[in-house]
Amino acid sequence: MSAATTTDAQVSFRRPSGVRTTKNAIATVYVFLATALAVIPLAWVLYTVISKGIRLVLTQEWWLQSQRGITPRREGGGAYHAIVGTVEMALICAAIAVPIGILGAIFLIEYAKGTKVARAVSFTVDILSGIPSIVAALFIYALFITIFGLGRSAVAVSLALVLLMLPVVLRSTEEMLKLVPNELREASYALGVPKWKTILRVVIPTAFAGIMTGIMLGLARVMGETAPLLILVSYAVGINFSPTSDTMGALPTMINSGRDQAPQLPGYERVWAAALTLILISMLLNLLARFIARASKLKEK
Amino acid sequence: MAVTDTDATERVEPQPAAALDPSLSPAAGHVEHMHTPVPKVIHHAAAAPATIDQVDRAPRGVKLAKISRTGDRVFRALATTAGLSIVLLVLFVGIFLLALALPSLRADQDNFFTSRNWTVSGADLAFGIAGLLWTTVLSSVLAMAIAVPIAVGVALCLTQYLHKRASGPVSFVVDLLAAVPSIIFGLWGLTVLGPFLAPAAVWLTSKIGWIPLFSENVDPKGSVFVAAVVLAIMILPIVSAISRDVFAQTPRDHIEAALSLGATRWEVIRTAVLPYGRSGVISASMLGLGRALGETIAVMIILTTPAPSSPFSPSIFAGGETFASKIANNAAEFDSPSKTGAYIAAGLVLFVVTFAVNAMARIIAERGGAKS
Amino acid sequence: MAKRIDVRNVDIYYGGFHAVEGVSMTVEPRTVTAFIGPSGCGKSTLLRTLNRMHEVIPGAHVKGSVQLDGTELYGQGIDPVAVRRVVGMVFQRPNPFPSMSIYDNVAAGLRLNGVKNKKILDDAVERSLMSANLWNEVKDRLGKAGIGLSGGQQQRLCIARAIAVEPQVLLMDEPCSALDPISTLAIEDLIGELQEQYTVVIVTHNMQQAARVSDQTAFFNLAAQGKPGKLIEIGPTEKIFSNPDEKATEDYITGRFG
Repeated sequence: MSAATTTDAQVSFRRPSGVRTTKNAIATVYVFLATALAVIPLAWVLYTVISKGIRLVLTQEWWLQSQRGITPRREGGGAYHAIVGTVEMALICAAIAVPIGILGAIFLIEYAKGTKVARAVSFTVDILSGIPSIVAALFIYALFITIFGLGRSAVAVSLALVLLMLPVVLRSTEEMLKLVPNELREASYALGVPKWKTILRVVIPTAFAGIMTGIMLGLARVMGETAPLLILVSYAVGINFSPTSDTMGALPTMINSGRDQAPQLPGYERVWAAALTLILISMLLNLLARFIARASKLKEK
Repeated sequence: MAVTDTDATERVEPQPAAALDPSLSPAAGHVEHMHTPVPKVIHHAAAAPATIDQVDRAPRGVKLAKISRTGDRVFRALATTAGLSIVLLVLFVGIFLLALALPSLRADQDNFFTSRNWTVSGADLAFGIAGLLWTTVLSSVLAMAIAVPIAVGVALCLTQYLHKRASGPVSFVVDLLAAVPSIIFGLWGLTVLGPFLAPAAVWLTSKIGWIPLFSENVDPKGSVFVAAVVLAIMILPIVSAISRDVFAQTPRDHIEAALSLGATRWEVIRTAVLPYGRSGVISASMLGLGRALGETIAVMIILTTPAPSSPFSPSIFAGGETFASKIANNAAEFDSPSKTGAYIAAGLVLFVVTFAVNAMARIIAERGGAKS
Repeated sequence: MAKRIDVRNVDIYYGGFHAVEGVSMTVEPRTVTAFIGPSGCGKSTLLRTLNRMHEVIPGAHVKGSVQLDGTELYGQGIDPVAVRRVVGMVFQRPNPFPSMSIYDNVAAGLRLNGVKNKKILDDAVERSLMSANLWNEVKDRLGKAGIGLSGGQQQRLCIARAIAVEPQVLLMDEPCSALDPISTLAIEDLIGELQEQYTVVIVTHNMQQAARVSDQTAFFNLAAQGKPGKLIEIGPTEKIFSNPDEKATEDYITGRFG
């Protein structure tokens, strides 16, 4: 079926038949189309959020004021309360999730590698990483509010976030610890350094960049989580630093509380500005994480 | 960067001939090259081993320090506690949720799995997850059906078609999608994408609306269709990143074997890359499915909650509620244990399904990896 | 500083697997002893029992006695960590700590064991780097990363790191097998100098190297297929390489196997 005319006696390097060339061309078009299609949503979302929210985000009040006293019909106010709330809840979560995650990874790799216990722990970490955020929030609700009767609070949100951040930190730390060559540990032992100091002063510093990356990615994830905020705390429009109070502002709930508003109202623009703020923080953390990962002394294979 | 080693001058002297006697070896011919004088680096004379006074010196022993073991014990205890507490935590979560859900399940007057009612206040509970199951599965499977072909296309493009220099930035952009919080996808989906897709939805309904799956147009903005598209965008980075990794690991010899037979690029992909990566892609798709199943907030924002009395519509253009969005939508109302228990029961079903999907993904990945 | 090593009837086990059997030997202070033999016959295994490094592998244990100037290293209540502070080790592939500078690498053994005094650390770093023939090359960049050096320099850095804690004995497990010939020669020269202060035991696959650097050579081999490794013959290097007692030794030296 060759397009070229050749005699049968010759050995010729024929061009592929028309059908094959067409299929190849279709495939090429398809993959490039797919790639274009994949890039479009990000550009579109960013364009939407930036175009609708940039005006407010560039003002000074946005970063310094809260929404106290502002109704959807009034201009003004800022997102300070929401930014502070988001960051505060994430940091409380990190304060719990990061040590447990790192110690858990140390347990799996340095102390219990290959044992049945390690496999059990690893399995439960897998389960934990599959918990939908709403179920994690429900659990904390049921435990603290229904059973203990404690009432809503920002701390409860942080606890729910711990369930979500812990597996991220643990898995990434685990991967980094696996990458640390065993020879480094042996070199340290050969100097007469006990195991715990070896882990603390040799292994962890070597894996540090990768561990930081995991923490950053975990933080970015929990800052964007809305479900726990919906269930476990009430949205506050004023500034509130106390983690035990039952109201706390946060960017996702700031967005959520305003999304039903009519587009003409000033409150509507604030919703988009809050969305832009949230994206900025998330992207910043992601980029920082990548940057740190590149500076890591342990290269992935 | 590296300084080359300074060349140490070798202080070398051939050994005195008496030390190496070639004639002693029976296979003299074989060993001749061995017994040419072997250069020995000269040490200072004093280092000649075992001089008289060193041999006579009584051994003085070595001082071995007393090592404190507390550091090791404490640290090991800390690490073990962390590991075990995670197990306990997960066990506790599971048992606790189950314990809370069971009373409500027992009090349920409808069949939990087949009923579409959701009466959870008051004394008589009648609730079932059939409607939730349908909407959840429909939206997630549709999302997967949209996302996977595109993700595979992207992965192939990045690994087989583009140069390293171009594929870096492009994969960066695709991965950056994962950095966008889901609430923003929800907001964007509702206000921008929904209206954009509405004409297409109307057109489709008018053409093939007789198929139940495509019927009805209650709210073209808040439909399962829009939610599925948004979910597809959200799971695209995961599926494409894993597929990319799998395709990039196709052994060079498979590819070169195909190329040497005169295959076109597409034929190389079809015969070498795709078969090798099949299990990886399936695994990636299931992970994406798991992610879509558990997505709460984007779906909550986009999907129009149908009125309780409205008839059930299987159409992708209808609204609905998924497990996650139903729980989130009613977050303000968990005032009684029996009501909360019903929602927890729904949450548990979601959790089990998500876990099963993720576990299957892992098994497929491992089995595929073992084959290669 | 250097001490004498007495190994008596040592058997080494990995779990139930008998890896090395019945080794007895003496290493005099300030000498270099080379362990030679084909792969898998116990040279490195035995070397690691001299500083109890085999114990990092779960289930590895030793029967018999290893004494350092009369002090039993496997005595009741003796901590392997303490043993390793007096018996140092250099490994096959250079392994400086990536998170530390050159200075920090050399000082690591002292610092991690509690030494804080800056003057002591400075002196130890300089002294060790000089003894390792590396001082002149790196004295102006002690703060730079240890992994930025060439292979041969990294290995000398590791040697400096090992001797900074002033061990009695220095164990070297094929220290040159990952290095180019010029670096190898540099390390061999270094061994000649280190011998003045330390007792050195070196495992090597390179027979010529053993002949070049050692005073005493020990030849290891498997007793038979599937059996544990054992010490076939040990003696002064010149004798082993020219007039060995055992046929197996001679066969190995002349290249008949291994």
